[in-house]
Amino acid sequence: MRIKALLIGATIFAAQKLLRLGLLLIAVAVFTFVLLSLSPIDPVKAYIGADMMQISPEQQALIAERWGLDQPIWSRFLDWLGQLLQGNMGTSLVFNQPVSQVIALRFQASLQMLAIAWFLSGLLGLGLGIIAGALQGRWIDRLIRLYAYTLASSPTFWVALLLLIVFAVSFKVAPICCAAPPGVLSGNVTFWQHLHHLLLPAVALSIIGIANITLHTRQKLIDVLHSDYVLFAQAQGESLWNIIRYHGFRNILLPAITLQFASLSELFGGSVLVEQVFAYPGLGEATVQAALRSDIPLLVGIVFFSALFVYTGNTLADLAYPLIDPRIQLGGQRSL
Amino acid sequence: MLSISNLGVTFTQYDQGLRRKQLAVITDLDLDVKAGEVVAVVGASGSGKSLLAHALLGILPENAALSGTMRFKGEILTPERCRALRGKTIALIPQSIGYLDPLMTVGGQVQRVAQLAGRAKAEASASVSKTFARYNLSETVRDRYPFQLSGGMARRVLVSTAVVTQAQLVIADEPTPGLHPDVVVETLNHLRELAVEGRGVILITHDIEAALQIADRVAVFYAGTTVEIAAAKDFLSGNLRHPYTQALWRSLPQNEFIPVPGNQPSPEQLPVGCLFSDRCDWVSETCTAERPQLRELRSGWVRCVHAKG
Repeated sequence: MRIKALLIGATIFAAQKLLRLGLLLIAVAVFTFVLLSLSPIDPVKAYIGADMMQISPEQQALIAERWGLDQPIWSRFLDWLGQLLQGNMGTSLVFNQPVSQVIALRFQASLQMLAIAWFLSGLLGLGLGIIAGALQGRWIDRLIRLYAYTLASSPTFWVALLLLIVFAVSFKVAPICCAAPPGVLSGNVTFWQHLHHLLLPAVALSIIGIANITLHTRQKLIDVLHSDYVLFAQAQGESLWNIIRYHGFRNILLPAITLQFASLSELFGGSVLVEQVFAYPGLGEATVQAALRSDIPLLVGIVFFSALFVYTGNTLADLAYPLIDPRIQLGGQRSL
Repeated sequence: MLSISNLGVTFTQYDQGLRRKQLAVITDLDLDVKAGEVVAVVGASGSGKSLLAHALLGILPENAALSGTMRFKGEILTPERCRALRGKTIALIPQSIGYLDPLMTVGGQVQRVAQLAGRAKAEASASVSKTFARYNLSETVRDRYPFQLSGGMARRVLVSTAVVTQAQLVIADEPTPGLHPDVVVETLNHLRELAVEGRGVILITHDIEAALQIADRVAVFYAGTTVEIAAAKDFLSGNLRHPYTQALWRSLPQNEFIPVPGNQPSPEQLPVGCLFSDRCDWVSETCTAERPQLRELRSGWVRCVHAKG
């Protein structure tokens, strides 16, 4: 009975999620297409670039006709959607490669940085939040809060610049830019060189998440410590740190996980700025290039990819809930 | 086993403009409990019943100050001794299932209580099995979460938390409200059993009827003070000493059902004299001049100058 109920729940959950993902992607497709159609970018000009002077207006019209730019917007949209459904995202103008290939390559580089930043902000945020919440009102709590508020109100790119000035320029312990030492073939880059170049951007990126997670964890832990079940645990002679270990941790984990996965979107946005500052060749940096140089296919590809990425993150959080809280069941079914 | 005399609990609060305010929530509270006896503590909300339990367990908030003396087995209960005894020698049975961690199995939680009481892991597990069997809770209940328990099961699990500690003094805080009558009787019987085994039981409740079913003696609290300590049989035989206890008894539906007019004084504005003076029919100048002392009368205790032998 129980297993059957679980299976039904999981099926409903998967169906709901897929349906929502489909709707989301359609909405993203419509918005991106309409916005880009209305944007001042002329696809023909963007394609030809500097050679524009050498091409006659007749030739330009010919290209436009061949691309179907003379068609009404909805017919162009359907055309484009048809191609997209077949997995054809087009060719990037900047990189002169298929968009899917550019995204795959660039995302690999970003993924390591995002992963390090994500774990770092999650662990540090949770740790600092627990210390601050447990010692509410003490000097260490004030110190952590001051730190969190300062971080929360500093722009990422500014923090990134500051880190560069301190660690790369003054102390010279970190490289000033890029994903590898200059003049080394990508095949010859060692693991340590790689990590060396990765660390500072990752730290800069993690700083966005830490403040948020710290302050939320602190508040949640304070709520838990004022709960009836903690009072009862105290009456049983449980010490503060054991209360946190046995009761606090599990009860603050749920909001922490929600935040942690929700922070994926912020991290993704932050990576655009951080990669720019560190000249790190990841997906964020590709986004900036695509936008500055009117590379529409790549830009659209990145928009789709980021929507998928954030959606996956939130789905993972949903999947984690029932593991932590037995009162939550997939597919909205309650067991008794 | 336990004797409390002239206990006072004062909260320090900060008003607007950082003015310090002292709230005397418990004043001149007296109570004694012997081994093998159930003492019911009755009173309206705000009479200091639950705070007494928190004071005994040393879990009052930090802005609370204690005065008076509490003795446990002849020795003074200092805050340090409270901390050392709680969960081992003095145990609390909480009000509701809300006092259990919603994300931990009940078996895990009761086992934790047993371990905190000083048992080794395996021994603790065995004592949980034994206690659950005693209260008709099957082994599968151990793996359930609090939200998966029925009302009756929840009560038995909460009683189990006190039993696995082998505490000599058990404080049950409002164990009966909102329960099915059968479950109330069952819960009260469990408490009585604990006393029969030789423990002292403090039953905190506002339900006099429930208290009289199992209590040996009843302490009546009013605005943070003990106004009377009477034997349970005194209620039925009309041998009550204090005007508040008498009024309370009369207010029950099966008696005259006459409510006691007025309200308890607020801890911010306690009268100089007897705390019950503004609601009392017997009030005289002596009452409003100074607080009456608790005195022995007809083999009970009363805090009233007018009560006659």
